[in-house]
Amino acid sequence: MTGQNRTLLVTVAVLVALFAFCASQFPFVVSTRVIGNLLTDNAFLGMLAIGMTVVIISGGIDLSVGSVLAFSAVLLSMLISKRGLDPSVAFVIVLGIGTTFGALQGTAVHVLRAPAFIVTLAGMFLARGACFLLTEDSIPISSATYRKLSDAGLPLGGGAHLTFSALILLASVAFTALLLRRTRFGANVYALGGDRRAAELMGIPVGATTACIYAYSGFMAAAGGILYSLYTQSGYPLAGVGLELDAIAATIIGGTLLAGGYGSVWGTALGILILGLIQLYITLQGTLSSWVAKIVTGALLLFFMGTQKLFSQSSFGTGLFARLSVGAGRHRTFSTEPSQ
Amino acid sequence: MRKGYAIPIWAAPVAAMVLVLLIDTILFPSFFELRLIDGRLTGSLVDVLIRGTPVALLALGMAGVIATRGIDLSVGAVMAIAGAVAADALAEGAPWTTAVLYALTAGLACGLWSGMLVAFLKLQPIVATLVLMVAGRGIAQLVTGGQITTFDDASFSALAGGTIFAIPAPILIVAAIVLLLTVLVRSTALGLMVEAIGVNPRAAELVGINTRSIVLAVYALSGVTAALAGIIATADIHGADANNAGLWLELDAILVVVLGGGSLLGGRLSYGLTLIGAITLQAIKTGILLAGFPPQMGLILMAVMVSILLVIQAPALQQWLQRRTLRNAAS
Repeated sequence: MTGQNRTLLVTVAVLVALFAFCASQFPFVVSTRVIGNLLTDNAFLGMLAIGMTVVIISGGIDLSVGSVLAFSAVLLSMLISKRGLDPSVAFVIVLGIGTTFGALQGTAVHVLRAPAFIVTLAGMFLARGACFLLTEDSIPISSATYRKLSDAGLPLGGGAHLTFSALILLASVAFTALLLRRTRFGANVYALGGDRRAAELMGIPVGATTACIYAYSGFMAAAGGILYSLYTQSGYPLAGVGLELDAIAATIIGGTLLAGGYGSVWGTALGILILGLIQLYITLQGTLSSWVAKIVTGALLLFFMGTQKLFSQSSFGTGLFARLSVGAGRHRTFSTEPSQ
Repeated sequence: MRKGYAIPIWAAPVAAMVLVLLIDTILFPSFFELRLIDGRLTGSLVDVLIRGTPVALLALGMAGVIATRGIDLSVGAVMAIAGAVAADALAEGAPWTTAVLYALTAGLACGLWSGMLVAFLKLQPIVATLVLMVAGRGIAQLVTGGQITTFDDASFSALAGGTIFAIPAPILIVAAIVLLLTVLVRSTALGLMVEAIGVNPRAAELVGINTRSIVLAVYALSGVTAALAGIIATADIHGADANNAGLWLELDAILVVVLGGGSLLGGRLSYGLTLIGAITLQAIKTGILLAGFPPQMGLILMAVMVSILLVIQAPALQQWLQRRTLRNAAS
């Protein structure tokens, strides 16, 4: 627990430092408007990262989320613009497909005992291919509901609004945090990530839990697709290419261990804000190109893995102290040889 | 019933390749036709081999990494870095040998970096190489200044477009690398050691294998072959595109290794079978184009292929087959 708090503290420290740096260069960043936009602009990525966090805590990985997001957005635009379906019905259909797709992947991971990496790689190809089968063009969405939803929002003060997307993101973070910390399912997720075999022997329904974990990720990816279609007012089959990597990066920067069994969705939310701030700084700065973001993200990944290594039990840090005290204790207890 | 007869490990990959080539021939009867045009072998089969070169090279490096139960996600980015370094050197007037040397050194450095993170800092391979996968493309753009660097150097371009005895150069390069690596790992104990690490890293260390050096070496080799792929891709288009060179090819490379009978759980290393996997994948892609399907169909077909592979390799199915064989043997 202390280790978790410490890695989360590092994430908070990085976020505060980044924000202070941005604010020192561009004072207007300290406004509710900018912060509200930060949430809105990263809402769809945030949804993917939330699902990814649950999967990674359980010791798996889900590479299909970016493609599922694109597929959901494309299907929405087809259903609404071409078929004239009501958006609310279309949302239910898309969420259902995303969840089913995820559940199938989870079942495959469990039944085939295959690495999640490869199963979800197949899912990624399949969902992306399905996008192209539906359409090869960008399809605009024009619907009254869409306009209403993207205009809706809670006033934040200072002329800013917490948009519908931002609200959904915040609600999803809170819900997932409760799910992970306060329910049996959440405990099972941590147990699976800690030691799959031990979890099985403890009587945890490993198969059902795995299916649910990937279904949750699929649901979140489909929800991300809905937010993405709200954000761009269209569906485009090439949308969200490589977004799964950003989601994984946000999760790791948020302090979740890729080995599983350890992490929190709050950290992931902070990780999303960190990635968003880097992007914001580059946009404001104007002369930097997008490759700076890539290098900075890579450096942050390395930094956080180093931090985790430092704080995790098996390394120095707390590990070293534990080993030292154990060593000292053993010396006292077992030194039965007669002293010279 | 014959007892104690196991299906050889190379049977499935070779059968898959033969099957795909057969389907290609049915779709396109002149698939195997070879013709000599202007002293250069041409034909669909030659095309498959040339197009498959970059992925084949990436997969050859990846095979060693996967055999140690690792994975190298950075190969696509390393390809972009090597291409950028080579094009930059050429654009500044360096001779082609210097450009190749620079690019290979850059690849080696990238490989050593990832290898160091895995072997010495004991980071998980998937995260350790994710760092370079994310940052690598940025580094490549740093080298090219965010533009597509072009050059005009006939000798360097010959690495992709030239021929020796009518055989295109990329094919010869891949063949030479496969031969070299196979001799290296099979005439020494290296291959055995790599596989031992993949089967059980702890046991490998206990029997006295220097696991750190070997893990470092397989990642370094992966960096070098990725650089070679980057050189050929750059020579092919006479320029370095930091954004798109080798984009998502790491996934293709992993798929090729699995197609070649490799297991992501480590312990299997065969460069020859990896090459067969690369030919299979490219033959499928070419077949889709020849059959007149839209290229997007390739994604779905690849998904289907991965699914079939997963089912075949699934421990549950293997156990069931084993039980059945035992029961048959008993009766």
